Amino acid sequence: MDNKSLVSIDDYTKEEILEVLARAAEFEKNPNCNLLEGKVIASLFFEPSTRTRLSFETAISRMGGRIVGFTDSSSSSVTKGETLKDTTKMVSNYCDLIVMRHPIEGSARYASEVSDVPVINAGDGANQHPTQTMLDLYSIMKTQGTLENLNIFMVGDLKYGRTVHSLLMALSHFNPTFHFIAPPELEIPRGYKIFMDKNDIKYFEHTEFDDIINDADILYMTRVQKERFVDPLEYEKVKNVYILKNNMLANTKDNLKILHPLPRVNEIAVDVDTNPKAYYFQQALNGVYARQAIIAKALNL
Amino acid sequence: MNAKKELQVSAIQNGTVIDHIPAEYLFQVITILGLDKCGNSVTFGNNLESKLLGRKAIIKISEKFFKDEEINKISLIAPHAKLNIIRDYKVAEKKIVETPKKVVGIARCMNPKCITNVEAVTTRFHVINTSPITLKCHYCEKITDLKNIRIV
Repeated sequence: MDNKSLVSIDDYTKEEILEVLARAAEFEKNPNCNLLEGKVIASLFFEPSTRTRLSFETAISRMGGRIVGFTDSSSSSVTKGETLKDTTKMVSNYCDLIVMRHPIEGSARYASEVSDVPVINAGDGANQHPTQTMLDLYSIMKTQGTLENLNIFMVGDLKYGRTVHSLLMALSHFNPTFHFIAPPELEIPRGYKIFMDKNDIKYFEHTEFDDIINDADILYMTRVQKERFVDPLEYEKVKNVYILKNNMLANTKDNLKILHPLPRVNEIAVDVDTNPKAYYFQQALNGVYARQAIIAKALNL
Repeated sequence: MNAKKELQVSAIQNGTVIDHIPAEYLFQVITILGLDKCGNSVTFGNNLESKLLGRKAIIKISEKFFKDEEINKISLIAPHAKLNIIRDYKVAEKKIVETPKKVVGIARCMNPKCITNVEAVTTRFHVINTSPITLKCHYCEKITDLKNIRIV
């Protein structure tokens, strides 16, 4: 395996995606190991993200590594005006790997260029969150037995949702059929439609959330966020249209699994949680194994 | 007619004539090519009549012969520019600018949240379409299209 940063999901080829997923399955069988013994991992969270940070820190701890870093920029030298370049160069002197969450888009790519050690992007603004994509892929692989030829339904904010965009790009290697369910204001951006057209990827767009989901293998829910709407009335019109309720799952396929990057607000009714098709909490756990595999690959372990 | 046009900007004995520059981008072309710091004799004309562009600019640089990669930098703002290489007052060679695959340090990313607009980072783009010119930021991965291109 190469020693390299993971900034964008496009940094991985199809073969590398499959290799990391296979490695994640190994970590799931044996999560505790000493692969990172003697290694120091810097966890630089320039903005708070409890779920992603704890998932990474769990992965590192289970691999026997030590963690240094900060959990938001107020406790770093950024408050003194230090640049990202200087922070990154300085920290890369101290550690073997940097895990970085930053609110500015492109910050992870830039950090990977000035760092002496690999950088794993734990989210750069609205741009990329490739480790989330890898745990989504791992969850799909685990529950469906394959990534090939699946019917993937994506629901909610498809315009701004970076997890949706990255998952779309990653699944493009595996001949998917996409169904996008969103209000017109939040439809999938044109650039992604051009990408799918160029790559002969089948996709359908819907505004209604109804029994079309009966064809789904994966139902990927996201939040419709009020702040994305210019007109608050438009939000009021759609806010309850995209709520998944348990009775909507009655005629869905047996293999259907419901994913959500979390946190959930009200787009999945609580009564869905006990349905065996609900998979979002296991999905979050899968993030630890996926991140263990990504760290191992970045450090060539 | 042609002779009259040439008289609007004096002829050069040896060097390069860059023609068909959109009038509004003349000074940006001068900056991109570093002509504002160039010691050679540089003459230019602006707001000249052009069938292709309406109004155009023309630059003549004495004793200066550009490398292709130098001149291709102006393709973002002057895609129709033509170069005449002049030797002994005659056109010895004609060239057209070509859009490079990568654009470094010339254009600004249109995404205000991009790291290149926050810290002193040299901008880098991958050219994903040449007509119309479409740039993908190497850092934030957002698209900057022709109408939003701003030169650094």
